[in-house]
Amino acid sequence: MQQTLKKKAANLEERIVKIILIIMALASVFSIGLIGFFLFKEGLPFVWNYGITNFLFGTTWNPTNQIYGIFPMIIGTVLVTILAIVIGAPIGIAVAVFLAEVAPARLTRIIKPMVDLLAGIPSVVYGLFGIVVIRSMIRSLAHGPLGEYLPGTYQTGYSVLAGGIILAIMILPTIITISADAIRAVPKEYKEAALGLGSTDWQSVYSVVVPAAKSGIITSIILGTGRALGETMAIIMVAGNTVQIPEFGWQGIFAPVRTLTGNVALEMGYAGPEHRQALFATGIVLFIFIMILNSITLALVKKEH
Amino acid sequence: MSKVKRNQIIAYSLLSLAAALTVTILLAIVFYIMSRGLAMINLAFLLEEPRRMGAEGGIYPAILGTVYLVGVTLLLATPIGVGTAIYLNEYIREGLFKKVIRFTTEALAGIPSIVFGLFGFIFFVILLRDITGGWSIISGSLTGVMMILPVVIRASEEALRNVPNPLREGSLALGTTRWYTIKKIVLPLAFPGILTSLILSIGRVVGETAAFLLTLGGSLLIPRTLFDGSRTLSLHLYMVAMETGNMDMAFGTGAVLIILIIIINFLAGALFKRLIKRFS
Amino acid sequence: MTEQTNKSIKIEVNQLDFFYDQKQALNKISLEIPEQEVFALIGPSGCGKSTFLRTLNRLNDLIHKTSLKGKIKIDGDDIYHSSIDVVQLRKSVGMVFQKPNPFPFSIYDNVAYGPRANGIKKREQLNAIVEKCLRQAALWDEVKDRLDDSGTSLSGGQQQRLCIARVMAVEPDIILMDEPTSALDPLATLKVEELIHELKQNYTIVIVTHNMEQAARVSDKTAFFLDGVVVEVGETDQIFTNPKMKETEDYITGKFG
Repeated sequence: MQQTLKKKAANLEERIVKIILIIMALASVFSIGLIGFFLFKEGLPFVWNYGITNFLFGTTWNPTNQIYGIFPMIIGTVLVTILAIVIGAPIGIAVAVFLAEVAPARLTRIIKPMVDLLAGIPSVVYGLFGIVVIRSMIRSLAHGPLGEYLPGTYQTGYSVLAGGIILAIMILPTIITISADAIRAVPKEYKEAALGLGSTDWQSVYSVVVPAAKSGIITSIILGTGRALGETMAIIMVAGNTVQIPEFGWQGIFAPVRTLTGNVALEMGYAGPEHRQALFATGIVLFIFIMILNSITLALVKKEH
Repeated sequence: MSKVKRNQIIAYSLLSLAAALTVTILLAIVFYIMSRGLAMINLAFLLEEPRRMGAEGGIYPAILGTVYLVGVTLLLATPIGVGTAIYLNEYIREGLFKKVIRFTTEALAGIPSIVFGLFGFIFFVILLRDITGGWSIISGSLTGVMMILPVVIRASEEALRNVPNPLREGSLALGTTRWYTIKKIVLPLAFPGILTSLILSIGRVVGETAAFLLTLGGSLLIPRTLFDGSRTLSLHLYMVAMETGNMDMAFGTGAVLIILIIIINFLAGALFKRLIKRFS
Repeated sequence: MTEQTNKSIKIEVNQLDFFYDQKQALNKISLEIPEQEVFALIGPSGCGKSTFLRTLNRLNDLIHKTSLKGKIKIDGDDIYHSSIDVVQLRKSVGMVFQKPNPFPFSIYDNVAYGPRANGIKKREQLNAIVEKCLRQAALWDEVKDRLDDSGTSLSGGQQQRLCIARVMAVEPDIILMDEPTSALDPLATLKVEELIHELKQNYTIVIVTHNMEQAARVSDKTAFFLDGVVVEVGETDQIFTNPKMKETEDYITGKFG
């Protein structure tokens, strides 16, 4: 044999490359470790000292007097998020079914890039549109015909409703794209079998295809929820940012509210040391919300396989 | 007409209506912003410095800030993201390490941008201020890298997976090293896919605001070094709309942003089409 | 048959077991493959012949959850020993795949790929190698005017000969061929078979084939694989005219497979 098969030192390059690649692969692990560490290091001692129930369930937020209750913000976040899902999920799923099962390929090719564009528009642009168009529309409703039923502070148009509508639009691309993929992934035989049994096209879609894509559709809703929960800029621009728990009843959706994300973004710039810790603690609450959502998605995906 | 038939017609009408609504919303947003913003855009608007906190003048510093931020972020995120994808796809098999990295990438993708902002603020702006200059393009970029890393990793992995395996085996069977095979065969073939992911990440950086609100500082001055504070177009739009109340200036900036995003999506779409052609 | 005695053993396989996860694919394979001969592996699909071929250049290392027991020696070196450099091994043991897999670049660059990887940069030197290998692969006359065309633009048979030229450019001693003509038309198959005949003067060739006429035409020795076991091995003439085992006879007379 002309060449020896024994190992050569020439493999040094290969070894160096591998080490560099491992370091790069560890960057994301490292990132999340750092983020978690600093978030908890800054926020956790505060929660401890201040008292976890006082912090989570306190209804007053008044940093100048060292009162840090984030319950109104939790309620605000939950309200706009639920409203966004209630409006956005049915529309998004309907569009997904339309794109995957009903629309001719030509139409899908036109609508798909539009959905992608919707996903790409910066949140501040949504916010701007929200202030000028959606808030104005809500204001003319709240200040006009509904004026006599609403307190004055509920008539500005900055509201749960404005936030919910803007977020609903913003989560549409997430729900549409992921649901449509899930529906397309359902084997064609399922539908053919249903059609073979004499179902109409819609019956087979409704009773066979959509149920088969259920976990993908639920995943899309959870990811949409995550997006709505974490959205900051657009929501600051339209929700009014008042720290208050809205009135119970239909009037509540016209109340201006502040979200957890908005609280951090609005006050971080000028916060003193303790105030800042309280904002990091707010970040922890947000982080935990998201992690719970992520775990649900992960569990769903696991069940799928 | 039978009841089932009628149900189908009603159902499909509703589905079409939802699709029509979505398209209408998109067009309404784009046309509204454009109709109010395009009139603002001229050479002076793009190339002049702002006056009165941005209520008058141009948006030049914000354009520069955006370009610098996107440039530095991609410069750092590309090698790390592509490197991670190479390691995951070409070097190791399914196993604990791969699972851990997958999980962290997913988790990183789910973290709200304001939380990235919080971290960037305390770590890069406060703790490392002697190195990063506090609120600066560097602090913003490093935060941005963490945010787009999952996008780059996932899309690059996808692109690497699309490279046919017989070509890898063909190269390795000729007695080349793994890295040589990656350099000469795998990466060139995966390049368009990786490029698509990078273009989409540009969109993410351009559109992001919350994280940069806490790390860039929002300075209106023209940044002279990467250690200066700055603002992006998105951040500029927010600050002008919320602080000066001059909506026309905000719409002008919004129109520039939408044009940018349309270009980015168009480029990514065109690349993606080429990609599909190549592998089909 | 008489010259067989003065040929030395190139590859020596001893009690080789191979597993995909829990599933055993090769069972106690022992073979001796002489130098500068064509050694054919025949048998029904899934019998382990391709798996066996890929153990000889350790290409199975790339597949997740595979394991191997026993020994393979090439020129006396145990190729699964920890001191062995897989890259060096694969330079000595070239491989031609079932489906032609030219790289998506020019004909020239395809052939020059291996030499370049080995650090040869001089244009004249590369030109010489490319021409020599393409001539050896009986492709030169067909492509000499379009060396810059993409390798994937060639016909299937030309692509396969390009892949053979690509392997020869690395100067291996052994060439493994995994059903090299199964994707080709009869005319292209004939050309590749003629080429194999030429090549055995300089190389040891191990070829997996489905096609029994092909094994009979090109090989000196044949091993018949069935369910991961070597049922019979011997001179090709003897295997095809006078098989000792009933399974071999059934297979070559077309009773199964």
